[in-house]
Parts: sequence; C-alpha cells; structure tokens
Amino acid sequence: MAVDKQESVKSLFTAQSAKVDTNRGDAYYEKLYAQCRARLDELKELAPLNNRMDFKESIEDEGLDRRDFLKWASATTAMLMLPASFTPLVADAAVMMNRVPVVWIELSDCAGNTEALIRSDGPKIDEIILDIISLEFNETLLAASGHQAEKQLEDAIEHFKGKYLLFVEGAVPMGMDGQYGTIGASGETFHDHLQRIAKDAAAIVAVGSCATFGGIPAAAPNPTDAKGVMDVVKGKPIINIPACPANPSNMVGVILHYVLTGSIPELDSLLRPKFAFGYRIHDNCERRAHFDAGEYVEEWGDEGAKNNFCLYKVGCKGPMTFNNCSIIRYNEGVNWPVGVGRGCIGCSEPDFWDKYAYERPMANANIKAPTGGVEKTVDEFGLGLLTAAGVGIAIHAAASAVAGKKESEKEA
Amino acid sequence: MAENNATVENNTTVEETKEEVAPVEKKGGKKHIIVDPITRIEGHLRIEAVIDENNTIVDAFSSSTMFRGMETIMKGRDPRDCGLMAMRICGVCTGTHYQRSIEAVEDAFNVTIPKNARIVRNLIQGALYMHDHLVHFYHLHALDFVDVIDATKADPKKTAEEAVKWAGVSGHKPYISAEADFKAVQDRLVKFANEGRLGIFGNGYWGNKNYHLTPEQNLIGVAHYLKALDIQRDLAKMQAIFGGKNPHPQSIVVGGVTCVQDIKNPARIALFKQLLKDGREFIKGAYLPDVYMAGTMYAKEATDSDATYTATKGKGVGGTGGGILNYMSYGDFKLDDTGFYNAEDLFPSGIVMGGDVSKVLEVDSQKITEDVAHAWYEGTGKPEHPYVGTTIPKYTGLDKRDDGYAYLKTEEKYSWIKAPLYNGEKMEVGPLARMVVGYAKGDKRITKYVANFLKRSGLPITVLFSTVGRTAGRAIETELMSDVMMDWVDELAKNVANGDDSTWTEFDFDEVSVDCKGAGMAEAPRGALGHWMVIKDGKVTNYQAIVPSTWNAGPRDEKGQLGAYEAALIGTKVADPEQPLEIIRTIHSFDPCIACAVHVMDTKGKELAVYKVDPTCAF
Repeated sequence: MAVDKQESVKSLFTAQSAKVDTNRGDAYYEKLYAQCRARLDELKELAPLNNRMDFKESIEDEGLDRRDFLKWASATTAMLMLPASFTPLVADAAVMMNRVPVVWIELSDCAGNTEALIRSDGPKIDEIILDIISLEFNETLLAASGHQAEKQLEDAIEHFKGKYLLFVEGAVPMGMDGQYGTIGASGETFHDHLQRIAKDAAAIVAVGSCATFGGIPAAAPNPTDAKGVMDVVKGKPIINIPACPANPSNMVGVILHYVLTGSIPELDSLLRPKFAFGYRIHDNCERRAHFDAGEYVEEWGDEGAKNNFCLYKVGCKGPMTFNNCSIIRYNEGVNWPVGVGRGCIGCSEPDFWDKYAYERPMANANIKAPTGGVEKTVDEFGLGLLTAAGVGIAIHAAASAVAGKKESEKEA
Repeated sequence: MAENNATVENNTTVEETKEEVAPVEKKGGKKHIIVDPITRIEGHLRIEAVIDENNTIVDAFSSSTMFRGMETIMKGRDPRDCGLMAMRICGVCTGTHYQRSIEAVEDAFNVTIPKNARIVRNLIQGALYMHDHLVHFYHLHALDFVDVIDATKADPKKTAEEAVKWAGVSGHKPYISAEADFKAVQDRLVKFANEGRLGIFGNGYWGNKNYHLTPEQNLIGVAHYLKALDIQRDLAKMQAIFGGKNPHPQSIVVGGVTCVQDIKNPARIALFKQLLKDGREFIKGAYLPDVYMAGTMYAKEATDSDATYTATKGKGVGGTGGGILNYMSYGDFKLDDTGFYNAEDLFPSGIVMGGDVSKVLEVDSQKITEDVAHAWYEGTGKPEHPYVGTTIPKYTGLDKRDDGYAYLKTEEKYSWIKAPLYNGEKMEVGPLARMVVGYAKGDKRITKYVANFLKRSGLPITVLFSTVGRTAGRAIETELMSDVMMDWVDELAKNVANGDDSTWTEFDFDEVSVDCKGAGMAEAPRGALGHWMVIKDGKVTNYQAIVPSTWNAGPRDEKGQLGAYEAALIGTKVADPEQPLEIIRTIHSFDPCIACAVHVMDTKGKELAVYKVDPTCAF
C-alpha cells in the first residue's frame, strides 16, 4: 500500500497544478507543531475516555511491524498536508485516537458510508473500528436493538457531553414536517433526532454526499425536501466529507487531525477539509497526460479505452471535481473510477446528480439539469475547459482563504 | 448487564389479534413490544410484537419508517444514467441495483453484452455475494447467536479443540486453530470488558438464556468476528479491482463494462484470484464451521415445529422462524452468452409453495401484484398488477400515546412498504429461497452443496425452514459461490488470452431509445430483485423496482395474509420479553435492507405524477 501512495503523494507536491497553498512557511509549522505537541501531551494525561485499549498495545499484541505503522503514519502525514517532521506526532495521535468518542447516526441514507468506514485501510489493523476509533454508537454495527439501543445512545451523549464527534450519514428530510423518516419508539423525526444529538457534540462531521449536500434524496425534484446537515444545524462546527461514499481515509484523517490539533481542519467554502478537497481529480489524474495530448476514449471499449486514454469525452467530470481520489484511490489503493475506465461522476460536488453524473461530456448531457449546465458543443467546451476550470480554482481558492482566515481567527 | 429497559406495555388496549394467527387464548397479561430501531441492518425498520403470558409471540407487525422517493428522481433522466442512481438504493448490497437497472435498459434496447462483460459482471456480483454474506453473518447477525461477554470465561485450550472439531464437521482445516491465538483474543476481550464502556457491544443482551453456545464456542465466534473485519476488506477489494471502488462500484455501463485495462492486466487477474483464494479459506475454515456449530447448538429451535407460524394453522412445518414457507427465485448469474433471459442460470428461477420441495412452479411475472391495504397509500380496493396500479400516498402516521411511545396503527395502514403478492400469495425471497428452489428443481450443483450440508450436520431438510435454516442457506450459497468463481476467473483470463478484449456492445442510442421498455429481473444477495423501466424519446418515463425486502418486510395484505417477517415471528418463544433477542435473531436472518422500502411522495403528501406503470417499490 505504502509504495503506491507515497509515490502519489510525491506527485501531489510536484505537480504543477497542485500548488494550492501547500507550504505555509516555517513559522506557521513551528507554531502548529508546538500546539500539537502540547495537545497530545495534554491528551496523554487523560485516561482513554472510553477506557478502550490502546492502539499501541494492539499493535504490539498483534505483533505488527512498527515500520508498517510508521509508513502509514508518514503517508497520512502527507495526506493531511503536513511536513514530514509531523510524522511522529501523527503516529502519537493515532495511538490516542481512542480518546475521542465517535457517535455515528444514520438518517436518509443507504449505509454506504458505514460500509466504507469498515473498509478503512489503516495500517494492517483489522480492528480499526473497535480499537482505533472509539465508536460509541452506530446503528449498523450496534449489538443492541430497540430501547437498549436508544439507551446506549443516550448514555454516550450524557457520558461524553460536549466531547464527542458526531458523524452524520444521510440527508435530513424536511418535507411533511420531517415525517419521511422516524426513529425510535417515540417516533422521533430524523430532524429532531439530529438536533437532539447535535446539541452536545464537540463538532459534527457530515459524511457522504447525502449528509453534506443532500445527495441522492435531494436530486431533482427532491421529493422529500431533503437537506444536508449544514443547512439544518446551526451554531456547531461542521466538517463536510462528501463523496458517494466518502473515502474512509478522509474520515480517519479528520479524526486524526482533531486529535492532533484539538481543532477541526482548515476548510474550504463548502466546509470540506482542504487536505482532501484542495485539488481537482484532474490535477493528479493518471490519465492527465492523455488529456494534454488530446487522446480521448471516444466510446466504451474502443482502442482509446484499451490504451488508457483520457475519459473526458465519455463523461469524466474530474476537471470539475475537488477530491483526492486520484491520490489515495479506494480500497487500499487498489483502484478508482478513472482507473477502471469509467471516469469521475463528480460525487463530492453539490448537486452532482443533476449536474455531473452522466456518461457524456457536459455539452451532450441530455439531462433535465434543473441546476443548469454548460450548453456548448464538446469541442468548444474542450477548448475552454482549462480556462474555465482555472477560473473555478481561483474562486475556490479565494473562498477557501476567507474560510481559512475565519478559522484561524477563531483559534487565535 | 443491561437493565430491563425494553419498551413494554401491559397490553390492555392493544388491538384484537386475528384468530388465525393467534391461537393462544386472549387472556389478560399480553404484552405489546416495540423494537425500534432494529440495528445491524441496512435502513430503518420497526417491529412490533404481541407476546402472550407464556412469552410466545402471537402477533407481529413490520414497518419501514423511512423513504426517499427515488422513482420520481429517475423520471425524465437518460436511461443510461439510472444505474448509478439506482445503486444508491443500498450501500450494503452495493452494485446489485446498479446492474439490475442497466440490465433493464439492455433488455429494452435488446443489447447482448460480450462474453468478457458477462464474466466481469458475474465476478463483481459474485464478490458482492461473498462479501455481503460474510459481513451479514459475522457483523450483522452473529451477535444474535454469540454471547460476546460469555467468551471471557472460555478455556483457550478447549476453544482450540472445539475449533478443530467444527472445522472437521465441515471437512476443512480450521482458519484459527492455535490456543495462543484464542488466548490473545480473549485477553483483549477481558481487558475490554473489565474497563468499562463497551462501545458497539454496549447494552447488548449478554447473559440472556436463549444464548446457547458454550463459552468456548462464543470465543470462536468473537475471534472470527474480528478476523472477518479484515477478510471483508479483501473481499471488497475484489469488487474494486473490476468495479473501481467499493461501496458503489462504477464500471458497469449499458452494453458492457469499462474495465478493459484491468481484465487485460495479468497482475489484476492474479490479485483477484489470490484474494478469492484467501477469502475462500476463511469461508470454508471459519464461516461454514461456525454455521454448523450454531445450527447444532440451536437445533432445538430450528426443529421445533410447534413454534412456527404453520403450527397456528394446524400442522407445524419446519422450526422457529420458518414463516410462510413460500420461496421464490427469479434466477441469476448467466453461464453462457445466449442473451439475458435465454442464458442458463447458476441459480435457477422458480417457486416452491408451502415448503413442498416435490413441486416447482415457473415464475410468470404477470402474476405479480401489489396490495396497499396496510401500506401508506390509497388503493383501489384490490391488489393490482404493477402495470395498472396507482400510487396515491396516504400517510396516516403513528398513534402517539400518553406513555410517550408512538404505536403502529396496525388495524389500518402501518408501513411505507407495499405488500407484493405472487398469484395472490405472499413469498419469501433470499439465499434460502434460491437453495430451496435449486434443490427442488434438481439442479446438480445446488443439490450437491445442500445435501452435503445436511449430511454433515446430520439435520433433516425441514431444518432449513427456520431462522437457523435461513442462515445456513446463506452459508451454503457462499461456499458454492466461492468455488464457482474460481472457474469464472480462469474463464475470463483464458478468453482474454485468446485475443478477445471486447467489453462493450455498440448500439445506436437515438434509434433504440424511441419507445421501449425493459426489465432487469434477477437476484440480489437478499433475494429476487426486479427493476422495470419505460423509455420514450431517450428519456425514462417510468421507473419501478420491487426489491427483496419489499417481499420479505411487507405488511399484511387485504386478506390479512402476513408478510414474511411477520409470519416468521409468530410462535417464537421469548426468554425475556424485555430483551428482544429472539425477535432480532429472526429478523436478521432475512438480512433486511430497508432503505429499499421507500415510496414516492411529494412534500405535501400528494402524488407527484400519475404513472402509466405504477412505481411499486419500495425505495
């Protein structure tokens, strides 16, 4: 795993188009390092909140190779866009991740993000969900049902008041007074359920495209008036990890960052962590050279497809999509949608089902596209693409800078 | 230990139970239990059960409490785009709705996919079966059989001997056999249990007397639960090799698949094969032995013909959790390239009624109707074929009472899932249905695996008609799949080596999409799944799916016929009414997928559009 990833990470820092405020300067990092060190020392003083076993012990118990673990820590450090000198801190933070309780609730969802979480590719740790993250509540995995399940959730909220990270999977249906989804013996609506549990969370992580931007239930015509968490919950720090499903590396990355710094990672204007969503798929795409050379797959299974040509003309939305799939891939780096010859459907972008998720370039869409779209021919669009995307990046970067500034003001 | 906190109400006001399903005298002291949320499933499900003074379930109601309205979302889209959206029906059986949707378009366009694409799709879906069944057994179901805390009392040496014994019954080497390995797992568990909070194991039903495994057997279960977390990652990787990622793969398109470079790369094929081999080792050395173990230790329930729904009608057939005993399979996994509905199937289609394996009926899709007497929709007063039915939502809500709980209004409408019928009868679908139908049809391969299981376990075939049998059927199918996939990988490699690298069949979209309709009727891991699509001028004018959990989790019909979940619960004896262990054990044996249970409605509760074809499902 490590080799592929480290190569990818290296290419991240060398690619021309990937220079989005990566290096923040020595002074910044020195200050951050000291802050992280202090935070970790403070955490070390605490017993594990949930008395879970130490990750470190589990490494020793399993006789795992310490080098593998450090390799993972080093790749993760790079993924979090921190200098290599932070690697020991990241390793320490991983050992102390069990100081952060996680409550995970499901609303209008398909459980795809829970499934993604259990594919998490930490170092060779089978028990990531049991040892690394202290998962206090997750409906898909919880032993107890019914009232005992509700009690488990209430206990966790009470016990870790103000300290737990709340992961939310699924959209919030707002139509018909929220009755499109109810949970528990009292028939509480998803909306009320979310508000009640959000109240005492340290921060909320909206995981997957439904919880972030509404996702599939919110696709036109949005029959249940589904919304993302950030449109419903106010007055709490919210981190969005979109994609369908979200990449488990990014979920773990957010938790690690929280352990490491005690604060949420720097976010872009859509509340996405910049370490994961600071670049377009296109920037680090393995087929990028073919795009630049004008070599395209024209239809499925053609000679271009057999030669791994660029997938833009069969609908790849990598140029419009901010995510780190082209760097970290999926399922321990084994493959990803561009690798498998299909292309990107833009699943980490708002309204992607209506804007991007089809197998033609934007111009040939033939979709209802209630949110609009670029109505140009493919050739026109191809010519204007880099410029358009460049403008996109500029807007994105500016918005991110504003968001980042606000964040650092808060921290100061 | 968990306190007694179940939502229990002394039943003085609860609805009269129907005579045919409640043979027990209606004296006082009945209890009405709400179990919501049912955890360890996909989606949101509520079960309500009525328990008599002997702690036997005399009535049960299944209700889906969430819906998203995806059929409406499909309407007006390009049919080629629907597969990716349909896949988001479920993130657990990921990829199966995707392929059914694509097949519906291919059926409409009359496109036959190339050999490579057929095999790749079989491998993607086969990997899903292995993954899904394994995760279901260990992570969603095992804790209904395995008492995690009791495993702390086990003797690791005896545990190792026990593991060898059950692997022997299965005819394989145990996946974990060293005393030291069991000791290590136990040490971790002891520490975990002694230190306070139990996380996802918190507040479980530990110590309930309807847990029947010995401490050593429980320790085997826990060790395999943890190991399976690792194995499932690798099984998911198999799907990602040809699918791009898991969950939600992305390489299937109308006309074929896109992963041409992956099938041409020998390293990919080799990796797939290696992961398959490793996964198969676990399935044969841990999963099957554990099912033999559970099957034996829970044989009393599995063969208790008094504790069945059929017993309420006279003579009991099967055992606890059996239910309606009508099994249906649409058939799936195409074994040749003669075209979608012409090809021979790995799992044949058919229907077995009343657990009578001496007869098999052919499936005629025209005989499928849906009934909304107890579902939150307006009806015409009789069950309608999907092609002529209407969908007029009628949400009547829950009965919120002074005790703070909201009850289902079971005399009227109580679920977002409709009640599908085949020829006027309720059906059960799933791995057990596939095995029963295959066995009854005399399919050589399936008969071999089923007979082998029964011989080795020393149990009669009627043991299959039970909660345990449903779980056994799934395990039998998983072993069969892991064996047959080896041949498929070789077939694919050989075909590519012979120079065939075709992955897509060309078609003229504008020409074929003018006016057509098609169906993708095949099998998901959870059972019979159909997607139907009507296309006009290149756009979807109607979309419909009837998913496995619609069949299994549906409510009563107008005649009062119980849904498969409901019937399966009747007759079950509950050790402690305040701990719904037996209820969730039986419900989990179906592997519920309830996000699939969501109908169309707009925000004002009105029908969004009148469809020529009724959007019957459920998602």
